[in-house]
Amino acid sequence: MSDSGIGARVKRKEDERHLHGRGRFVSDILLPNMHDVAFLRSPLAHGRIRGIEIPDDLKSRVYTAGDLDGVEPIRAVATVPGFKASDYPPLATGKVRYAGEAMAMCVAKTRAEAEDMVDLVRPDIEELPAVCDIDAAVQPGSALVHDDWGDNLFLDTVVGGDMGDLEKTAPVIVEREYKMARQAMNPMEGKAVLAHWDDTASQLVVYTSTQVPHAIRSGLSMCLGLPEAKIRVIAPDVGGGFGYKCVLQPEEICVAWLAMKRRHPVRWIEDRREHLTAGANTREHYYKIKAYADERGKLLGLDATVTISVGAYSVWPFTAVIEAGQAGGNLPGPYVFDKYRCRTVSVATNKPPFTPYRGVARPGVCFAMDLTIDAVAREVGREPHEVRAENLVQPEQMPFTNITNKYYDSGDFPAGVHEAVEKIDVAAVRKRQKAGEPDGRLIGLGFATYVEQTAHGRPVFGAWGIAVVPGYENASVKLTADGGLEIRVGVQSHGQGMETTLAQIASSELGIPIDRISVIHGDTGTTPFSTGTYASRGIVMAGGAVATACRELIPRMAPIAAHFLQCKAGEVRLEDGMMKGPSGEVPLADIGRAWYLRPDQLPEKVNEGGLEVVMGYKPGIETGVFGYATHAALVAVDPALGSVEILDYVIVEDCGTLINPMVVEGQTYGGAAQGIGTALYEEMPYSPQGQPLASTLADYILPGPTEVPRIRIYHTETPSPHTSHGQKGVGEGGAIAPQAAIGNAINDALKPLGAEVGEAPMTPHRILDAISAARTKATAQ
Amino acid sequence: MKAAKFDYEVPASLDEALASLAENGGKIVSGGQSMGPMLNMRLATPDLLIDLRRLPELTGYSQDGGKLVIGAAVTHAQIEDGALPDATRGMMASVASNIAYRPVRTRGTIGGSLCHADPAADWPSALTALGATLVIAGKGATRRIGIDDFMLGAFATALNEGEVLIAVEVPVLSDAARWGYYKFCRKTGEFAEAICGVVFDPAGNIRRVVLGALGGAPKRLSALENRLGDGPPGDDEIAAAIDALGIAFEPAQRVMHNTAVKRAMQQAFGS
Repeated sequence: MSDSGIGARVKRKEDERHLHGRGRFVSDILLPNMHDVAFLRSPLAHGRIRGIEIPDDLKSRVYTAGDLDGVEPIRAVATVPGFKASDYPPLATGKVRYAGEAMAMCVAKTRAEAEDMVDLVRPDIEELPAVCDIDAAVQPGSALVHDDWGDNLFLDTVVGGDMGDLEKTAPVIVEREYKMARQAMNPMEGKAVLAHWDDTASQLVVYTSTQVPHAIRSGLSMCLGLPEAKIRVIAPDVGGGFGYKCVLQPEEICVAWLAMKRRHPVRWIEDRREHLTAGANTREHYYKIKAYADERGKLLGLDATVTISVGAYSVWPFTAVIEAGQAGGNLPGPYVFDKYRCRTVSVATNKPPFTPYRGVARPGVCFAMDLTIDAVAREVGREPHEVRAENLVQPEQMPFTNITNKYYDSGDFPAGVHEAVEKIDVAAVRKRQKAGEPDGRLIGLGFATYVEQTAHGRPVFGAWGIAVVPGYENASVKLTADGGLEIRVGVQSHGQGMETTLAQIASSELGIPIDRISVIHGDTGTTPFSTGTYASRGIVMAGGAVATACRELIPRMAPIAAHFLQCKAGEVRLEDGMMKGPSGEVPLADIGRAWYLRPDQLPEKVNEGGLEVVMGYKPGIETGVFGYATHAALVAVDPALGSVEILDYVIVEDCGTLINPMVVEGQTYGGAAQGIGTALYEEMPYSPQGQPLASTLADYILPGPTEVPRIRIYHTETPSPHTSHGQKGVGEGGAIAPQAAIGNAINDALKPLGAEVGEAPMTPHRILDAISAARTKATAQ
Repeated sequence: MKAAKFDYEVPASLDEALASLAENGGKIVSGGQSMGPMLNMRLATPDLLIDLRRLPELTGYSQDGGKLVIGAAVTHAQIEDGALPDATRGMMASVASNIAYRPVRTRGTIGGSLCHADPAADWPSALTALGATLVIAGKGATRRIGIDDFMLGAFATALNEGEVLIAVEVPVLSDAARWGYYKFCRKTGEFAEAICGVVFDPAGNIRRVVLGALGGAPKRLSALENRLGDGPPGDDEIAAAIDALGIAFEPAQRVMHNTAVKRAMQQAFGS
């Protein structure tokens, strides 16, 4: 094995360019005669379009829905019974259905001039009542987001069913309601698209900031009516995705169409205001939970209703149902109980179309489930971490199929809780709480435990019947003439460090040091097909595919090596980066040189497959491999201000074999920072008319360096029996638990006041309101 | 988020600036930390931007008897770093050091902040607590106005067309003076949810308690000012003084304002 292989803490190969400002993002790409697009966006959340008034001198440079000849709307369908599909037009057609919906494209030499044009184009909209409140939206007589539906339900389903006689027999019943605010994902780089027609290749070339270039090609082909071979999609450096960039964007379709129409390069770069308003598309969940438990706090059953404000349209390919599907299926998480019912209601609202964000429903379900566990623990008067650990799947039960039929392949969930208890030092915290704080603040401790389904494939996505279902993942590896390696993968690395970790896997397989290995990704023109980077699938799927392709390369090299070593092909083996035979060894560079440059040194027939291999890979199970973690937060709440300071934060995580511990930690820090945002800061409030009220970063508060504490990460390593090297996905995990751990910590701190919060973000206003409500209640009693 | 087209002028002297303003109208910019975003978001679309950042008349300071005269284009960072004499027993440097982030403080100016008149900004409240006087130049005349009369509401001031705020006069506090300034922000560098500034200088007869981060201009809490000599007020007195303003606060806001006053008082008078 090389010392830069699996498990090595090597620095990321991609950091060299990023730390020197030499990355190449869409907005860094300049093409001759490139024009900028600015979108006219709907000022209203809901209305009928009477017309769009365009000044005469601008008419040749402004495009509305009626101009998009032959362009089909985005139609993201799932085959789940009862699902209603929605046509999502690239430019608003007939009605506008959310504030910020694109209505027209203005084209100019610069963005500033294009924005000047936007100011002169006048939309004439008859305002309709906005559907924003999820309770009102499902009442008869509500205004309708889609007139022909008859109601505002994308989908209404129930998982599980019979709760038996728990209502009568359960010693403890705890009821709670929880809310998650609508959020914007805020990648550092927003969306960006640059398209031009390449006459040489006779192809439409679309540079786009996406996680899923191959899927976007299929989506563009579908909407533009252009054969796939006529489209090349390139995702250059991408400044964060988080799910925001895993779906087909209306702007991608518009800009691609415009490039063909005008025959010169055009681009659109999303600005932060567009992102915050038109892109506030995630996290908004509402929970009603009834938990049944015994006197020790052991859960007997859970009855839940999850309502999701899905927004106006179904996104392609993940549709409007994935969030509800993930919520109903993942709510039980790592916990064991016998009776379960979960109704999920996906409500159409006049807000941006819901898009899966890092953790996909699990940050919400973890918040609901883990706050409920702590509420049960308070009810039975026990330490929450003890009740939590007792409710988890126990190690001797593994592998375990849970109540929603999820197959947990490996792990020891309680061990993670126990280690977190020790690292955060529960005993010391309890002592400190008793003593009280000199500044009057209240200290609180909270835990949260989750499982993270990663790299799931056909059984999961196929069951929803969505347009893109991941199957075999492909990778290509090519030995170069000098004994290096080129890897080509269809996943896109936009912060995951895959240029490094995939090289580390190849290095372990072939003994080639990673600085001799290049990883090429993000271009449909040069890489094998992949459905893309989402669902924490990269390291399992692309990593497995790279390993499989590397292994296939060995028998391709063997006949050449055998010729040099004067032995049979079956007698050579790869060891320490050399092909070795009974009487000697030959470096890979000699094999590469002979095959490509000096075939005169080879016998007439070797392996005609050559030294470039494309292989497909699937893990041993397609239901996903499950990572898991426990987060523990220690907070100080100032009851006179409602403010929260995170004093300590511990994560004990297990994602199977660590390909590069530093990359795992980086993913986890970043995810946890986003989770802290969900917990304490981030929220897109709306007026009753559906106006987004936080259109700048002065109002939409993101955690900064002073709000993210020094997080202490500890690893355990339980390899999955089903993946190429025992690895599990980990990309989303960090973001799943912080709002639950911090929520529990706040509620622990507020316990002496009898107050409790259940709405994220847990802002000073909400905490003060909870304290005030508790006081009112106490006075009334 | 690109600014609409505008012309840009950097006058060489105050007279030139006033002449240009009188002749062409236009909008004044100095540090640009509020004007920049407003231009980019097209909340401001001036035809002409007149940049005063380099005017010698506005970038200096002087000491004049019992007061420190601070040029309007002096930056928050200069005040934070002690580049000016400490007239306020550390209060202004302390306030400056908590304005937004250091890059904002490096460019943002005291005069710009006052003229922008964001209720949640620091200088309108802190300088009201200090009882500052503002020096305003118009074409041909200069006038002085007490800070209590300057900010008329959110983003509204007593500046007339063609006038420029050129300096802020701050009283030099005596050794016996006590001050407190407390602000509460949701995160470091954000605009404030609640502000209270307290300055008590029996020698200079300064008794000011100011509640900021309101819907409009900061408000003085006169009931508390009158009893400053008696040390920190009780919770009930604070609540009554805020009640007397007659502003309808949300309950949580109310708690934050109470706490800000209490903590500013504690800072001024010890606990």
